[in-house]
Amino acid sequence: MKTLRARQAVDVGATLACGLMVLLALAPLVSVLWLVISKGVAGLSPGFFVHRAAPPGEAGGGVGPAILGTFTMVAMACLVSLPLGIGAGAFLAERGQSLMGRAVRFTAEVLAGVPSIVVGVVAYAVLVVPLHRFSGLAGAFALSLVMIPPLARASEEFIRLVPGSLREASLALGVPAWRSSLKVVLRTALPGIVTASLLAVARAAGETAPLLFTALNNQYYNLRPDQPTASLTVQIYNFAISPYESWHAQAWTAALVLLLLVGILNLVARLTSRDRLRGAR
Amino acid sequence: MIVHPLMPMPEITPVKPKIEVRALHAYFGAHRVIRDVSLVIPDRSVYAIIGPSGCGKSTFLRCLNRMHELVPGARAEGEILLDGENLLGAAMNPVRLRRRVGMVFQRPNPFPTMSIFDNVAAGMKLNGLANGDLSGRVERALVRAALWDEVKDRLGASALSLSGGQQQRLCIARALAVEPEVLLMDEPASALDPIATSKVEDLIHDLKARYTIVLVTHNMQQAARASDFTAFFYMGELVEAGPTQQIFQNPREERTEDYVTGKFG
Repeated sequence: MKTLRARQAVDVGATLACGLMVLLALAPLVSVLWLVISKGVAGLSPGFFVHRAAPPGEAGGGVGPAILGTFTMVAMACLVSLPLGIGAGAFLAERGQSLMGRAVRFTAEVLAGVPSIVVGVVAYAVLVVPLHRFSGLAGAFALSLVMIPPLARASEEFIRLVPGSLREASLALGVPAWRSSLKVVLRTALPGIVTASLLAVARAAGETAPLLFTALNNQYYNLRPDQPTASLTVQIYNFAISPYESWHAQAWTAALVLLLLVGILNLVARLTSRDRLRGAR
Repeated sequence: MIVHPLMPMPEITPVKPKIEVRALHAYFGAHRVIRDVSLVIPDRSVYAIIGPSGCGKSTFLRCLNRMHELVPGARAEGEILLDGENLLGAAMNPVRLRRRVGMVFQRPNPFPTMSIFDNVAAGMKLNGLANGDLSGRVERALVRAALWDEVKDRLGASALSLSGGQQQRLCIARALAVEPEVLLMDEPASALDPIATSKVEDLIHDLKARYTIVLVTHNMQQAARASDFTAFFYMGELVEAGPTQQIFQNPREERTEDYVTGKFG
């Protein structure tokens, strides 16, 4: 039996060790944030959000087309990935043990493990080569492939959280099974599915590799899905690998904008999931 | 087991059968959980199903609205006649059947995303039948479930704001709003405190004027208090069925006597 003093010493030692580990784990995150903010905040101005990129050496300039491009491509990707991802999640939650369910789960897991650059190559082969041009459509297709697996997985988890007794209650009222799934089970899981969707959007907005040789880039505002389209991530990449000091500065500021965008999405997702937990009880 | 001396004699006058079960067998995969059960459930009465855990009473109940077959691998054989029509037959649509045979579960399970009003209206709304006098139907159902006075001023509040006993009566109102003919109750008071339990039992007594009620219960006092007829199930078989007073005071089978007097179970 250890003495009280010895146990207190172990307690203090373990607490200090844990605290140190937390600091170590947080160090890279804080340093990334600090670096991006300190180098990027100087270029932040209202004009940065709307202007086109300025030629090297000129002051001003911005990432307006890139912000618009990221939004439009992610939105197009959502049109495909939200129904497919959530639908797959609902299927896995309800029929996950069937042969088809196991096949879907296996496919989703493999797809989740595919490096995003490979997803870009696939989109290049499927859309860019046959259409003979880089396009926002190809970029959106690649992004949707990135979004579907985490969406399916998270939707399945949230749908599984819905108690089976609710489905039974609905079926016992003479509601057909498909309607019970849609209007009771999915409806109850909806806040969680919204959270999952926001996280998938945040993930897609931060992807570079699937866009590099699908959407390419564009100096101009573009809303046509069959044209090369700018995105924040590729814009940052292009700024960063350029030899110009003024573009490097714009890369930092664009990175800050992207960080803010993704950060806000994550924050909103956390808030909605907190409401969900409150509602489920 | 003491039976209240003032317990009314059930009417033994010939009554119209509402449900006739003939040679029912029910399975989970290869495992048979109901073996050759035949039973007549009279119209507008309370029929209690008692028996120890695992005796098949819940499975029997879930055969009556074909919820049993929703479990993968589960099936039922035999005949269950509802007003003379075989509800296990291929011609019977289980979804439509469940609008005629309502069900209340062991644990209150109101829809958490819906208000009190919407929970009661759920059967109509989810079925796309929400035409006509929806609020009138909701009110009638809540009145019949003896909940109206407690919730009439907060119909828009979340169903989860109610107490457990109120939630269970809300679930009863939700089942009644579809206007079923038969109400299946699977241990409806086992998750409730004694006061809420007595409210539900009073309610069962009032409801039999309009509905045929099949009540699965673990609680033998409850069966004795609330039912007109009782069936005793053991190991998937029907041991004995008859007027409640006879089952509790003068059972024919020794196993029934042992169970109702608390020697096992």
